[in-house]
Amino acid sequence: MMVLAQAGRDLRIAFRSRGEATHPLAFFVLAVTLFGLGLGSDLKTLGAVSVVAVWVIALLACMLAAESLFRRDFEDGTLEQMLLHGRPVFLAVLGKLAAHWCVSGLPLVVFAPLAGFMLQAPGPALPILVLSLAVGTPTLTAIGAIAAALTAGLGRGGLLLALISLPLYVPVLVFGASASVVAASGSSAVPQLLWLLAMLAAALTFAPFAVGFALRLSQEY
Amino acid sequence: MGRLATFAHRLGSPRWFFDITGPWLVVLSVIGIALVAMGSVWGLVFAPEDYQQGNSFRIIYVHVPTAHLAEALYLAMGAAGVVLLVWRMKLADMFIAVTAPVGMAITGVALLTGAVWGKPTWGAWWVWDARTTSVLVLFFLYLGLMALRQAVPGTERAGRAVAVLAIVGTVNVPIIKYSVDWWLTLHQPASFSLTEQPSMPAEMWLPLLVNVIGFYCFVAAVVLAGLRNEILERESDTAWVRDWLLRAQPGSGS
Repeated sequence: MMVLAQAGRDLRIAFRSRGEATHPLAFFVLAVTLFGLGLGSDLKTLGAVSVVAVWVIALLACMLAAESLFRRDFEDGTLEQMLLHGRPVFLAVLGKLAAHWCVSGLPLVVFAPLAGFMLQAPGPALPILVLSLAVGTPTLTAIGAIAAALTAGLGRGGLLLALISLPLYVPVLVFGASASVVAASGSSAVPQLLWLLAMLAAALTFAPFAVGFALRLSQEY
Repeated sequence: MGRLATFAHRLGSPRWFFDITGPWLVVLSVIGIALVAMGSVWGLVFAPEDYQQGNSFRIIYVHVPTAHLAEALYLAMGAAGVVLLVWRMKLADMFIAVTAPVGMAITGVALLTGAVWGKPTWGAWWVWDARTTSVLVLFFLYLGLMALRQAVPGTERAGRAVAVLAIVGTVNVPIIKYSVDWWLTLHQPASFSLTEQPSMPAEMWLPLLVNVIGFYCFVAAVVLAGLRNEILERESDTAWVRDWLLRAQPGSGS
């Protein structure tokens, strides 16, 4: 209940400020375009690096989106209420993460095939690319949330957040990108996908605790 | 209370820690410097050449100890982070604050010596090999810890934020290591293992062992010296620090 209520509230807010909610997707498509432009004349190289490029760009989009996870709530005091109301913060955080992923991660998953086409990705890699992003980006959101919570209210999110979260993203990128690369060469990507699922399970179990703790710290002066 | 519990209880007092570690510092520094000097001379001059790698293998006498320490120090910070969050032990926070820059420097040395060794052996300064990559990530984890401490206002709040990140990082270190290991593998297997007989002859691995122990002692001494400074700085408004400083005046002995 708690999770759904929190997620519903966040989704309603996101829906009412649609402009902001489309930023991660716009960044994703733009960055893919820039990448394609940079390598445009060399279609063979472009195709070979396409899936990895899509993964890295999706990862950056998730990281940039994480910055706004708690900003509004921190500024208008909602965050304080969320921590004070006595019900488990874990569930509220889980709800926030779910809503945030629906707004920032899901569109990337949906548009990944388009990005793949733009970058000449080999056909057999596309379904796996979508699947690996679908399983991997929620983990990125959860890890990014820890970094966002630690830097909440510091007023210098951007680069600090990147510095903290990017090293922690490495395993997700390794398995996500390798799943797509392996699929492009025609072998089975099941082990990588299972690893991604395992990391998602672990992230959803532990990250909300760390996020809750870090958010409490953000209320200290 | 058992002796261990008493010890843990006393650790809560930076003053007590400061008082008893004066002699430790001297002992650790002497042992560390002596062992590193002995291991380095032994390894660099007297140990036999490697039949494949020639003299270039000798860099392991610096590379292996620093690479070990790079990981060990990060794990130690993660453990200190748990201690800080669970028992609110101030000393644990000071330990993290002092260890982060030391660990980053050691990680830098490990990366650098790895690159120097890679050039003649693999033919390139930098290779996207599993272990070099995970050590590079480790370097950035250290960097993140230091950046976060600088950004968060308030010593206590910064300390706890850094502790959270150190714990999250510690959980991630093995995952990073194994994921990267599994994806890219070029590095030779670990030189040392607790469970297996080393594949090197004794005259080659003995100096390495001496150097590993020596580096551990030396880094422990550096961290301890930093910790003692940190204690003096953070407790600078207390009476005991003032008394200690007065007693430590030149000419009066300490």
